Amino acid sequence: MQPEGAVARRDSEAIARSDKPGRRREAPSDDSWFARGEAPFATESIHPVPRSGGWRPGAKWAREGGVTPVTEHLDTPRHGKAKVAAQIAALPAHQRPPLRDLGRRSEAAAPPFRAMPPDEATGGQPFRPPGSLPKSLGPSAQSVLPRTRESRATRDTVRDSGPPLSRRNTEAAPLVTSFRHGSRLVIAAACPAARALGLVPGMAITQARALVPNLDIRDADPAGDAADLLHLATTAARRWTPLAAVSGIDGLLLDITGTAHLFGGEAKMARRIVRLLARLGYTARVAIADTPGAAWAIARFRRPGEGRGRCVAWRAGRPKHSGPGLRRGDGFVIVPPAEHSKALAPLPLAALRLDPTTIDALVHLGVATIGQLAAMPRAPLARRFGDALITRLDQASGRAAEPLDPVIPPEPIAVTQRFAEPIATAEAIEHWLSHLMQNLVTALAQAGKGARMIELIADRIDGVPQHLRIGLARPSRDAAHMLRLITRRIEEIAPGYGIDALALHVRRADPLGAQPFEERLEDTSADIAPLVDTLANRIGDARLWRMQPVESDVPERSLASAAPIADATRAAARLKPDDVRRLDRGTDLHPWHPRWPRPARLLRRPEPLDHVIAELPDQPPRRFTWRGQTHRIICADGPERILGEWWHRTAEADSVRDYFRVEDEAGHRFWLFRRGDGERPETGDLAWFIHGAFG
Amino acid sequence: MSRIVSSATIAELRESLRAIQGDGLKRRPVLPFGVAALDGRIVSGGLRLDSLHEVAAASPDPSDDAAATLFMAGAAARAWGPVLWVVRRRDLFAPGLYQAGLDPDRVLYAEAADDAEVLALMEEGLRHRGLGAVIGEVKRAAMPNTRRLQLAAEGGKTIALLLKRHAREGGNPLHVPSAAITRWRIGSAPSEPLPVEGVGRACWHVALVRQRGGEPFQTIMEACDETGRLALPARLADRTAASDGADRYSYVDAA
Repeated sequence: MQPEGAVARRDSEAIARSDKPGRRREAPSDDSWFARGEAPFATESIHPVPRSGGWRPGAKWAREGGVTPVTEHLDTPRHGKAKVAAQIAALPAHQRPPLRDLGRRSEAAAPPFRAMPPDEATGGQPFRPPGSLPKSLGPSAQSVLPRTRESRATRDTVRDSGPPLSRRNTEAAPLVTSFRHGSRLVIAAACPAARALGLVPGMAITQARALVPNLDIRDADPAGDAADLLHLATTAARRWTPLAAVSGIDGLLLDITGTAHLFGGEAKMARRIVRLLARLGYTARVAIADTPGAAWAIARFRRPGEGRGRCVAWRAGRPKHSGPGLRRGDGFVIVPPAEHSKALAPLPLAALRLDPTTIDALVHLGVATIGQLAAMPRAPLARRFGDALITRLDQASGRAAEPLDPVIPPEPIAVTQRFAEPIATAEAIEHWLSHLMQNLVTALAQAGKGARMIELIADRIDGVPQHLRIGLARPSRDAAHMLRLITRRIEEIAPGYGIDALALHVRRADPLGAQPFEERLEDTSADIAPLVDTLANRIGDARLWRMQPVESDVPERSLASAAPIADATRAAARLKPDDVRRLDRGTDLHPWHPRWPRPARLLRRPEPLDHVIAELPDQPPRRFTWRGQTHRIICADGPERILGEWWHRTAEADSVRDYFRVEDEAGHRFWLFRRGDGERPETGDLAWFIHGAFG
Repeated sequence: MSRIVSSATIAELRESLRAIQGDGLKRRPVLPFGVAALDGRIVSGGLRLDSLHEVAAASPDPSDDAAATLFMAGAAARAWGPVLWVVRRRDLFAPGLYQAGLDPDRVLYAEAADDAEVLALMEEGLRHRGLGAVIGEVKRAAMPNTRRLQLAAEGGKTIALLLKRHAREGGNPLHVPSAAITRWRIGSAPSEPLPVEGVGRACWHVALVRQRGGEPFQTIMEACDETGRLALPARLADRTAASDGADRYSYVDAA
C-alpha cells in the first residue's frame, strides 16, 4: 500500500552541489580552446592558424576577405566582423574575450587588481545582491543567482531576477561564497560562471584564487539561509498546502494530497511553484512522487530533461493523467502513481539518504543503484547494515510511513465581538472592551506571547471603521494595564450612528514565558514599563527617550537618543565574541568625563560672538559681545582642544575647536570656542562662538 | 491663667488645622542637603520628598538658567530611583547633568507640546510611584495646576521639581501663587578665587524665596559636585563672626 501524499521540494543550493562542471558541458567547446590555440567554430575558415598560436576572435588574419573594407560586410552575418561578433555572442558570457582583446584599443584595459567595493557600500555586511532580489534569498542562492549570465544554465526565469541590465553587461567576476572549515576557507557555493571555470563547492579558496584571479568571494551566511528557507516553508504552508516541512538545508517537502486539483493538477501546480520561486530569485527543482523518500531522491538525483533545475514530485491519490513513464516539465518531474520504484531503480545509493559509510560498504559489495539494492534479500541486508538501511528503503518505496514535521505558520491573534444592536456610548464600549481584553489575554496566553502593539477596530454601521492603536514598551499580558491604556483614549472613537462590531487585533507580539518571581522583603523599585506605556501612548514614541553616551569628543555627537526601555538582548550582543575589545580587562570608563567642564544646556547650534578681544594663539578672550551684551572676562580655563573626526567626514580632517570656560564679572560662566588653533590657517578661520552656559 | 488657656487652645487649633491639611504623619521622607546652613533653616530639614518644589533662575540669563537646572539635577541625583524629566525643548546636555551626579541611565526624557501637557505628564509620573523624582519645565502654572501636582505627590516618595522659566515679557515667575512647599531662586555667583589663573569652583546665589511655615533666606553656596551635593564656601564656613560676605566681593573686584 502506498502512502497518500505528495511532496515537492525546492532546491537552490543543490544546483551548485550536483552539477559537476564536466557533466554540464554539452560540447567540447570549453574555455580550454583558448589554451589549446584552436578555434572550434572556425573550422570552415581557410586561413591557417599562425604557428605561434594565440588565436583570438576578430584577429585580422582570421577574418574572411582579409583587407577588404569593413563597411562592405558589416551587416551580413556570414562575413567578417559581424560573423565574429555573432560567434562571440554565442559564447557564454564568462568565456567572451574582453573587448580590448578584440582590438578596440579605445576601451580602457581592466585594472590588474580586482575592483574592491567601497567601504561605505557594504559596511562589512555579508553580500546582499542589489535590486530586485528579495529579502528571503539565502546566501547560497545569492551566490548562484545574481551573476547568472549564462543563458544555457539559467533558462528563462532566473535570468529575469538577476541584476539590472546595465550591471549585467559589465564584466562581472565569477562569484563564490566561502565558509571556514577547520583552519581553511572553502567554497560554500559557486555561481554558474564560477562552476564553468571549474570551481566547485568544497574547494579551498586559495586554490580557487589560483585558478581564477579575479574571483569575487563573499562570506556564506548559513543562519540567514536557514531563516530564509523557513520563511519559504511558511509561505508554502500558507499558499499551497497545510503540510509543508523543511528538508535539510536546501529543500522543502510539501504534502500536496488533495490540494493539487486546486491549482489545476500536479503539472500546473509544479509549474506555478517553479515560476513563483523563480520570481523570488530561486532556481527550483520540483519532484512529485508517491512517497517523501522518492520525491527527495528524484528531486536531487534525476535531471529533468535539459533543464538544470531538478524537480521530482511525489504525488498520491488516483492519477488523472496515467501516462506511462515520467512526465518531465520545465524544472519539474512527475512520477506517475505506483511508478516510483521504477523511477528510483537507476538512481545511485546516495538518493536513499544513507550515511556515507553504508554507501561505501555497499559500493564495495558491488551494489551501485537502488534497483540492485531492492532486489537483494532483505534479511541479510538488515543483519549486515542494520535497520536504518531497510527503513530508508521502505520509506522510499512506501512500505514504511514517513511523517513530516510541518511548519506551522503563525496565526494572527484577534478577538471580535459583534452586537445585535449598535452601541454608541463610551460606557458600553468600555464594558465590551473589558470582555474582549479578557479573551485577548487568554488567546495570548495560549500562544505564549505578550502583546507589543494592539489595535482596536470599531466597525461603524455606516462602514467607516475607527482605528485606535496602543503600543507597549514590553510584551505584556496584563489585561488591566492594557485596558487602562485603551480606555483612556476611548474619546478618540467617533461612534457616529453606532458601532456594530468591536475587534482587538494584536499587531505585534513577542514571546512571553513565565516570569521569575523575586521575593524580597525590602521595597524594590517599581517597574517603569507601565509608565512608559502611558506616556508613549499619550505623546507618541518619538517624544520619549533616554540619552545614551557615544564615544566622541565633539559635544554634539557625544550623546544619542535611545529607546526608553533598553532591549536586554541588544545590549548583550553589542560586542561580538571575537571582538578585540573583549581582551580589555580594565573597568569600563564612562564615555563622559566627570570633570572636564560641560554645560548643563547646549545651544542648538553655536552662536557667533562679536567684538572678541583675545590673544593668539591660546589665550582666552578678554571680552566679547553676545546678543548685544558685552561681557568682560575675569577668569578663564582652557583651551580644551577638540579635533575634527576625519572618520566621519573628510572635510573636518584638519578642523580644530579650542574650547574655553570663561567667567564674566557678574559671575556668569560660558563655554566659548574658537575655530582653528591660531597657528595653522587650515584648522579654522579664528571665529569665536558660544556653545553653552555653565551653572 | 487666661494666657495658659489661650496657648492650649491655640495648640488644639493647630492640631485640628494639621489634620485638615492632611499632615497626619509625623515623619515624612525628606531629602536633606547635608549642609547645616541650609537644612537648619528649612522647616522640614530638607526638601520633602512627597511634595512639590519650585525653582526659578534669578534672571533669564543662560548661566542663571543653567544654575537652576543643575540645582534640580543635583536634587534628583541625590533622590532614589529613576527620574522623569519633562521638557519643552531638547536643549538639555546630558554630559553636563552627569557632572551633577545624574546618571544618564536613570533619566527618562519626555517632550511636551505645551505647559498643560508638561503638567499632565508630571502628574502621570507622580502617580506612578516608581520614580524618584519628576522634573518639569514650564513658563506658567496656575494655582490649581500646582495644587494638583502637590496632591499627586502626597503620600509617595517622588519629589516633584518644577522649573519656572522666565517668560518673554518679563516678570518674576515666582510671584504667581503656587501650592509648592518651597520656592527657590538660583543664580550664578562669582566663583571661588584661585591662587593661580583659572575658574574656581562655581558658586550660586541660593535664595529660598518662600516656604510653607518658615522664613525665607538667601545665601551663597558652592555648586553641585559630582554627587549632586552643595557645599558651604570655605570663606563663609571659616569666617569670623564680625565679617560677612562683602569682603569676598571686594577681593574679587581687586583681582
